[in-house]
Amino acid sequence: MSSTVQPRGTTKIALTAHSWLVYLFFFAPIFVLIVFSFSDDRNVGRWGGFTLEWYQDFVEHSQLQNAVWVSIRVALLSTVISVVLGTLGALALERFKFKGRKVFDALLYLPIIIPDVTMAVMMLLFFAEFFEILDSVFGWDVQKGLGSITISHIAFNISFVSVVVRARLAGMSEVLEEAALDLYATRWKTFRYVTFPQIVPGVAGGALLALTLSLDDVVITQFAAGPGATTLPVFVFGLIRRGVTPLINATSVLMLAASVILVALSLAFQQFSGRGGRPSLRAAREAVSAPSTTNTQIKEGITQ
Amino acid sequence: MTMVADRPEGLEEAAVATPEFEKAAERAASRRGFLLSLPAYAYLVLFFAVPLVIVMIYSFATRNRFGGTDLSGWNLDAYRKLGEPIVRDILFRSLWLAILTTLICLVVAYPFAYFIATRTPLVRNLMLVFVMIPFWTNFLVRNYAWRVLLGNDGLFTNISEALGLGERELLFTTSAVVIGLVYGFLPFMVLPLYASIERIDLSLVEASRDLYASGFQTFRRVLLPLSMPGVIAGSILVFVPSLGAYVTPEILGGAKTTLLGSYIVTQFLTARNWPVGASLSFVLMAVMLVATLVYFRTGGRNL
Amino acid sequence: MKQKRLFWLLAVLLAFALVAAACGNDDDDGGAIADCEVNETDGNLNIFNWAEYIDEEQLASFSEQFDVSVTMDVYDSNEAMQPIVAAGNSGYDLIVPSDYMVAILIAGGTVQPLNKAAIPNIANISSDFRNLIYDPAGDYSVPYQWGTTGIAVDTAAVGTDFPRTWGLIFDPAIADEYSGSISLLNDPRETIGAALKYLGYSLNSTDEDELEEATDLVASTRGRLAAFNTDSADEFLTTGETVIAHGYSGDMFTQFLETDDPSRYVYFVPDEGGTRWIDNMAIPFDAGSPCTAHTFINWLLTAEQGAALSNWNYYSTPNAAAFGGLDEDLQDFLSTPGVAPVEILEEIQDTGDFEVKFSDAFIEAKG
Repeated sequence: MSSTVQPRGTTKIALTAHSWLVYLFFFAPIFVLIVFSFSDDRNVGRWGGFTLEWYQDFVEHSQLQNAVWVSIRVALLSTVISVVLGTLGALALERFKFKGRKVFDALLYLPIIIPDVTMAVMMLLFFAEFFEILDSVFGWDVQKGLGSITISHIAFNISFVSVVVRARLAGMSEVLEEAALDLYATRWKTFRYVTFPQIVPGVAGGALLALTLSLDDVVITQFAAGPGATTLPVFVFGLIRRGVTPLINATSVLMLAASVILVALSLAFQQFSGRGGRPSLRAAREAVSAPSTTNTQIKEGITQ
Repeated sequence: MTMVADRPEGLEEAAVATPEFEKAAERAASRRGFLLSLPAYAYLVLFFAVPLVIVMIYSFATRNRFGGTDLSGWNLDAYRKLGEPIVRDILFRSLWLAILTTLICLVVAYPFAYFIATRTPLVRNLMLVFVMIPFWTNFLVRNYAWRVLLGNDGLFTNISEALGLGERELLFTTSAVVIGLVYGFLPFMVLPLYASIERIDLSLVEASRDLYASGFQTFRRVLLPLSMPGVIAGSILVFVPSLGAYVTPEILGGAKTTLLGSYIVTQFLTARNWPVGASLSFVLMAVMLVATLVYFRTGGRNL
Repeated sequence: MKQKRLFWLLAVLLAFALVAAACGNDDDDGGAIADCEVNETDGNLNIFNWAEYIDEEQLASFSEQFDVSVTMDVYDSNEAMQPIVAAGNSGYDLIVPSDYMVAILIAGGTVQPLNKAAIPNIANISSDFRNLIYDPAGDYSVPYQWGTTGIAVDTAAVGTDFPRTWGLIFDPAIADEYSGSISLLNDPRETIGAALKYLGYSLNSTDEDELEEATDLVASTRGRLAAFNTDSADEFLTTGETVIAHGYSGDMFTQFLETDDPSRYVYFVPDEGGTRWIDNMAIPFDAGSPCTAHTFINWLLTAEQGAALSNWNYYSTPNAAAFGGLDEDLQDFLSTPGVAPVEILEEIQDTGDFEVKFSDAFIEAKG
């Protein structure tokens, strides 16, 4: 990227300062949360001296650890599946006109719009009947549990992923894809080497969103869960009646630490493996897309 | 905007007058599109649409004496209840709060997303992940942390005291609710904005500046129109869940005013009045769906 | 267009099939009593309980003694638990519903009658917990723990000679002084109920005029409140956010003990009366291991286990045999005048169709 598009002068300073403030906003409560995980008082919010007792509690609390593992498994599984389905759906909607498109479009928004508790109740009724039918028709004795939680999470995550991916795809030039096809690339190769690299930021954003939503969901999970399949948020929600203790802060801090380590590792890996990448792609894209689409867009923008 | 509305339907209609073989290609494209959408489509029909129809049926049923739902004696009573003034008040209050939250998120997130998008790829990824990391902690504990920050001996009280504004406690006020909602949904704005700004060829910004456009003009005429899909997607991802939020208003706002989210939860989980909860959800969803689709379409024309 | 129509047709058909199934299977599982011996086990135990209500170690000792595995999941409200269990196929063998919810579960056929022959220790239940209005003969439920709902005050702010009345919250002459430092429970029945009590009515009143009066009273209190909060009322009191808090006895007591000076705080049921709540053990209609559940109930009703339960969760026990084994702190608290004045307590009952009115009234009062 050339240096001239970088913001200049006061704008640059303002943007940088703003970003730091946003991070401060994001991390202020996290800082509080971390501090109180070392507090020797059952109340989150009253400092009672330094202790590591809560971390020790976590190590001994098998129910809590189980909840963390269930959460992580559900989050990863539902993210992977919903990213694939959601991205395909977004591609279909943005790149093709097909029959049933409008219904699909509408159907994709509903999981975002539906109130949590309504979706929870409907999944509860659905699973009760669905498993009943599986039992009576196929003789499968299925229990609610990890599977039903994951199914519900995928059902709302598909939509969130597709919205983010569509925001990326919308108005993105098709010229490169057409060029690739003209040069006898197969559909798959076109997708793999042309389309996909371009939508990666959208897909990654969608995946992050899905992961976060899955890790945070309470009501839907509670109603879709079965014996022994409690996720962390559901477990924590149960605690609020007797008071959430810094044990949950300690758990959060551990998860935070684990994710920071994972991110660091993956970045290091990317750095390492990225050196042999295809630097030409971006240049190619810029060369092709700039004159064809964006000039007209600029003209429109300026004449408006 | 008027210019946009007056513009003919454009390319889509031009396609009508094409030779036969292009029509065949169109049919092939249609088939491909359908196949691509099929996995998500089928999944959502089975695991979303079907359950949704079940709840829809509930919305026409009657609450029985024990708070169960009698699946007989179908009626529209639950929908009639939504006309009551108390529901209207709740609706307007929630709308106002959700719009405010969305606007604040947009104003805060846009320059932030732009800043991220103009970094080098490595820094970009790092910044993005650090936006999300706070949200991998527990949702409830985050809200409790905000309670500490906004409470009677918290950071904000101390700051306002130090600034000579007196001891102003934010906890249990509407401001606290807005802060909590903005915090909770800001990433939902940042992600799609980033995804769509990053796509923009930034040499356009350069060109605009070279043509003596001011910074604001460049933003208004070049950057903003090109990032509109992100603005729209982000607004929806923030607006819709803030309308349904109920935990944050309860913890940070002291539950002193009822918002739409808590009203719906109350119907399901306190009054055990499922028909009313379901009917309200359906009316809300219908309105939101129409608004969303219209919003997307008008937004889409600006591209 | 064809595919689209096909999809909707399929969706609607499937939905109808499901609803038909829903209507059809409600009448299976009668009120049959499980055929169980004392201490018989018939599989692993899945408990659905309130959080932090029983020590994991206590569950482990049951598991060891009877050689079954025990899994516990938690819920945060009766209303969240009820639909999950009522929908069927929940997988749970034992649930812990509160008083009024027991009545609802019985009416809905969600719980099965108990085989009292398999629970001989039921004789340990104190006489105060027999002939309960929600399950008069105790056919479906056995009391687990109980407590009261009242007011807790911070004597550092309110002094020690405050009047023991709901007027501390509702009477402007007394309460205005503490404006902004009062909290009420965020629960329609408890809060409207407190107002009804202050006005001299029953908290189960189904008189619309009385309800309206109570609603206006709560609405007029709004300006004085810090918050409507159920889950953190005790914390707010001890962190200084509030000085007068409407709350549950056990929550308040455990919270007082967390502070440096527990005697600074006082909990009492106002003289106008308050709520007695009782949580109960019950077995869902489709429990997979009903006999293990019976055995667990019987085991928990022994003097030793009953005391262990209360000494861990610090709520009062209905188990008369366990009284002697309670911690001193807990015994002191329970015998403090005003903490559990049985004669002026009333249980919340399910009021049927009137529940909707309570809920609407509370939302109206909150504005």
